[in-house]
Amino acid sequence: MNTINQSGWRPTTPETCEGSTGTFTGNRALMLEEALIFEIGSTDTTGVEVAEPAEVASRLGGLARNTPIGLPGLSEPETVRHYTRLSRQNYAIDLGLFPLGSCTMKHNPRLNEKMARLPGFADVHPLQPVDTVQGALGVINELAVWLIELTGMHGVAMTPKAGAHGELCGILCIKAALDAKGEGHRKVILVPESAHGTNPATAAFAGYTVEDIPATAEGRVDVEALKARLGPDVAGVMITNPNTCGLFEREMRTISDAVHAAGGFVYCDGANFNAIVGRVRPGDLGIDAMHINLHKTFSTPHGGGGPGSGPVVLSKALSPYGPLPFTERHADGHITLVEEETVGDRHPHSFGRMCAFNGQMGMFTRALTYILSHGADGLRQVAEDSVLNANYILRSLEDTLAAPFAASGPCMHEAIFSDDGLPEGFSTIDIAKGLIDEGYHPMTMYFPLVVHGAMLVEPTETESKAALDQFIGALRSVAERAKAGDESLRSAPHFAPRRRLDETLAARKPVLVWKDPELAQAAE
Amino acid sequence: MRYFTEDHEWVDVDGDIGTVGITDYAQGQLGDIVFVDVPEEGKTVTKGDETAVVESVKAASDVYTPVSGRVIEGNAELADNPGLVNEDADGEGWFFKLTLSDPSELEGLMDEAKYEAFVAKL
Amino acid sequence: MRYLPLTQPDREAMLGVIGAETIDDLFVDVPAIAQLDGPIRDLPMHASELAVERHMTALARKNLTAGEAPFFLGCGAYRHHVPASVDHLIQRGEFLTAYTPYQPEIAQGTLQMLFEFQTQVARLLGTDVANASMYDGSTACWEAIGMARRVTKRGKAILSGGLHPHYVSVAKTMAKYTGDHLETSLPTLSVETDIDTLIAAIDDDTSCVVVQYPDILGRIADLRPLADACHAKKALLVAVVTEPVALGALKSPGEMDADIVVGEGQSIGVGLQFGGPYVGLMGCKEKYIRQMPGRFCGETVDAEGKRGFVLTLSTREQHIRREKATSNICTNSGLCALAFSIHMTLLGEAGLRALAATNHAGAVAAAERLAKVPGVELVNDAFFNEFTLKLSKEARPVVRALADKGILAGVSLGRLYPGADGLANGLVVAVTETTTSEDVETLASALEEALA
Repeated sequence: MNTINQSGWRPTTPETCEGSTGTFTGNRALMLEEALIFEIGSTDTTGVEVAEPAEVASRLGGLARNTPIGLPGLSEPETVRHYTRLSRQNYAIDLGLFPLGSCTMKHNPRLNEKMARLPGFADVHPLQPVDTVQGALGVINELAVWLIELTGMHGVAMTPKAGAHGELCGILCIKAALDAKGEGHRKVILVPESAHGTNPATAAFAGYTVEDIPATAEGRVDVEALKARLGPDVAGVMITNPNTCGLFEREMRTISDAVHAAGGFVYCDGANFNAIVGRVRPGDLGIDAMHINLHKTFSTPHGGGGPGSGPVVLSKALSPYGPLPFTERHADGHITLVEEETVGDRHPHSFGRMCAFNGQMGMFTRALTYILSHGADGLRQVAEDSVLNANYILRSLEDTLAAPFAASGPCMHEAIFSDDGLPEGFSTIDIAKGLIDEGYHPMTMYFPLVVHGAMLVEPTETESKAALDQFIGALRSVAERAKAGDESLRSAPHFAPRRRLDETLAARKPVLVWKDPELAQAAE
Repeated sequence: MRYFTEDHEWVDVDGDIGTVGITDYAQGQLGDIVFVDVPEEGKTVTKGDETAVVESVKAASDVYTPVSGRVIEGNAELADNPGLVNEDADGEGWFFKLTLSDPSELEGLMDEAKYEAFVAKL
Repeated sequence: MRYLPLTQPDREAMLGVIGAETIDDLFVDVPAIAQLDGPIRDLPMHASELAVERHMTALARKNLTAGEAPFFLGCGAYRHHVPASVDHLIQRGEFLTAYTPYQPEIAQGTLQMLFEFQTQVARLLGTDVANASMYDGSTACWEAIGMARRVTKRGKAILSGGLHPHYVSVAKTMAKYTGDHLETSLPTLSVETDIDTLIAAIDDDTSCVVVQYPDILGRIADLRPLADACHAKKALLVAVVTEPVALGALKSPGEMDADIVVGEGQSIGVGLQFGGPYVGLMGCKEKYIRQMPGRFCGETVDAEGKRGFVLTLSTREQHIRREKATSNICTNSGLCALAFSIHMTLLGEAGLRALAATNHAGAVAAAERLAKVPGVELVNDAFFNEFTLKLSKEARPVVRALADKGILAGVSLGRLYPGADGLANGLVVAVTETTTSEDVETLASALEEALA
């Protein structure tokens, strides 16, 4: 191994780094290569000071660790530098427009972060006596009230840990309700082809058989096909509205009525609630359960892949089956936590508990802060601006990129394009990677599955017109280069911290943990 | 004699032993294959059962057995070298061998010429 | 509204480009019955930062925070000191406001961090590999049971009575729908764990035994005989760790041949936060990786041969396998995993071992002090930083009475096991580096008074 400097860290593959950048370090000015902690740290180094232990006889029952763990440490300055350098290899909303359709990458207000860190919320234990956590329970209760109001539903389950966990909660409510009616033999959940993968995965996780419902040419659920499939074996449907093609399911009420008439329940995937919040109440469309991704509609940060939070609003028919625990506000303002200890016979039909403790409190605090900041007028404006921005992109680019549902009328909060019209050898991925070189995170690629080479663009309401105009210009330029057969796009990105990565190699020979190359070599 | 299914499996029959794989067309559609799960020896399968799994980076596909029978061998080579399916889908990249329990099932399958015509229309 | 950059002239110009008269034209597909004609009722109009901050701060003030009181709660969530740099670094916008790293060329920061996290977790748990996190310990525990079912193709899981009751509840909820059969039991206020009972219960239908280490009462037992007994019947051993700091002092479950190890990572870097978000840890033996739920980050190279990282083995996951996925999990606990990883890097092996030693010594001193209080009996022989006291009267009213005096005395087993008479006098007490000897004295005197 060729160690380049005495400070101990080494670039990843020195030969190619030197060759391609011509620098001694492999760095390119502000673009800094960073080795792994296992390469730069040591097990003797620590960045913390811990008080000396009191002198007592150990009571570890003969199980004291007697082998090294292999955890490298860094001093505080090295730690700060390591993670700061890593952070700079990430794209983020804070850097620019992040048009990832269906994922809703909107600005994360910093007031939310500040409020979540108030010690009164951040430094309380979930099992403290309820009298000592009235404020924390108050946050949960207040957010629950606004989620019910905003959706026009009857109840809400706050504990699900993320959107997919919320889906599971809704499906378990449906299952419990059917069992209670003696209809447990209903084993089929209908899911449109355009659904998020979590929908069928959730239904299967809960023991259901999943059947696809086709989409119409205009990008909506085929209502006739759905009606035809309803029957005594169908437990319910899972429908995303607005759907993943960016369209409102205008027959939603008809669908709900038909499903109810056939004895089933309607689950709505609320991933796209941000398009209608404050303007449309899902409860008015006859749905029975809908999860709300707090990170999509209510601006809690995505954090590079979570944590999420997926409260589920429930109809009157399903509310009795919701999970424990939940909060209950009494006339005197005191709030109790209804859990195993206190439930008694007040919530006898609950399907049970979904997670330890009380749900994603840190996300509740942020979401409540956001709701109160926007207020009733601001939330309505959120929906309107998100829809306006998406339609502006759709109409500005439909002359350049194929827009399969442009004729279906206005889109909601996201615009969908396809790879139709790109020359042989060019695909959606080339447009996406070209956008990276233009300084953007790509749109959602190849989803939903019902559109060939789908490009799903969701600008969100927190983009200015100037930001949209620049993005439209960039996407137009990349699309035109593709149409002109510009081969350089096929190897894009050229200017990112890494070029296209070899995913085949990663999957064929999985390397999921770091192994000391010298030890690994010795082992062979 | 080699027979084909509309799901792009092939089966080579020698006496009552069948060797099953996926077609070159199928491997081309899947792209770089990264993982293959083949059945264990002794497993009894019925025509149309999900008997093996083949995965590329972005897709997972079930392989349905074209005929019923009892598995006598899975291709152990594929565990270490799934790329063999890309390199030689028609030969070295076979998935499993089985003893046919009902050779009459072969009648419903396509021969090579028919399969080529079928693929040409896709 | 401060988060919305469009101006009214912008909106009008954009409507012009779209060819719409008003914003309402863009909502034509929404049936009239579902259209609200005005703002949501009762919800106030938009508010300034200052006004919102006042409202939230007033709510926060209604809580007794752990830092304000002598504090002894554990049972799955522990109060540890988190270095200031952890919270600073996770708030860098490039981490905080990034998405799941689906575009690896511009997400190497998150991906490299996840690779480091997976390695740290695997080494700590003693497993070959670890995934990129789960929601929390309780959901990871259920996922491990499901995974054991897929590996062994058997449907009976035996859950130790020492497993956190919330984790048991989650498993019971899910098992109702998946058809898994669970054998569960309550813990007893005794010095011995139920390892021998578990060993005797394993049979040819058993998919796995799930055991917590240290258990809900803080007890520790050697898992090796249990692992051997599981393997003799071709069942898996699932070990659950709710206090990862313990593994700085104790042998890891992986070392004792557990097949799947799951944990709650909250202790390292995350903070109490009234129960969430936390971070589920999950590791296993390499031969089982295809049955693991959740995301994996893996090493590879880019087109120029530079080392880089990508999400890999994705065909197990819902966005590809849909109804055949190993789990429906999508979003995990990325930012909490980052906090865990940063804190672990600051600690390093030396720091973690020192932290564990301080926790254990403090707990031993506290246990011995509290056991001297009349009416208090120490249940545990062995423990790490948490132990159970058997009081001479029911623990719940005692906990409440002490809370009224500003002392957060621990978790009463009556709260965790309502209706279980044999446990009602149990009080689980956790002691960490944040606990002072004055705190212990305060608790001792208050207990003495309450039990007199």
